[in-house]
Amino acid sequence: MNFDKEFDASGLACPLPIVKTKKSLADMASGQVLRVVATDPGSVCDMAAFAEQTGNALLESGSEGGKYVFFLRKA
Amino acid sequence: MATKKMAIIATKGALDMAYPPLILASTAAALGWDVQIFFTFYGLQLLRKDLSGIAISPLANPAMPMPVPMPVIVSVLPGMQAMATSMMKAKMKKKGVASLTELRDLCQEADVKFIACQMTVDLFDFEKSDFIDGIEYGGAATFMKFAGETDVCLFI
Repeated sequence: MNFDKEFDASGLACPLPIVKTKKSLADMASGQVLRVVATDPGSVCDMAAFAEQTGNALLESGSEGGKYVFFLRKA
Repeated sequence: MATKKMAIIATKGALDMAYPPLILASTAAALGWDVQIFFTFYGLQLLRKDLSGIAISPLANPAMPMPVPMPVIVSVLPGMQAMATSMMKAKMKKKGVASLTELRDLCQEADVKFIACQMTVDLFDFEKSDFIDGIEYGGAATFMKFAGETDVCLFI
């Protein structure tokens, strides 16, 4: 999937993947896509909850090479 | 959708109990919530400029995992608290857990409002210069004004 920006949250524990994802989205334009890579297993549920509550669409949630990968489209 | 609100009363100043208010506040702020933390009694420690003194004690803390079983009488010995604290901090760093200072900075960046309880500031003879900038000072009525409008209200 194409993306406009990437945030690598590898090695970070709760709540940093979510809090820093929010910061990464801050300077993006509406409709742009952010790719987030994380190693925290809790981020799978957390990213879905984040998307639902903020209106940023979670386009894809999967794993790749032992890491969790998310694509968020900024609201 | 109306902005959700959360109020937290932070009353504890030990390392383990310092985390939940700051984790929840920074997360809620990231979710777009309006958040206030009211720091009272030992929770005021979390507003000090230097957080390096925040510690954890193995004493009277039977649930704390220790690398080797430790009788209570050993936990009483001088230096045990410092040792437990440095071990806990090292473990947190290794596991990618943010420092308290980092979480607190993230809260402030995200406009979490910090209120120091004036009564306990006076009780413990704190000076405003002991604390970080950007905090307000107030009492129970200040807290209740916001707390009464919240979706989530926690005492930690």
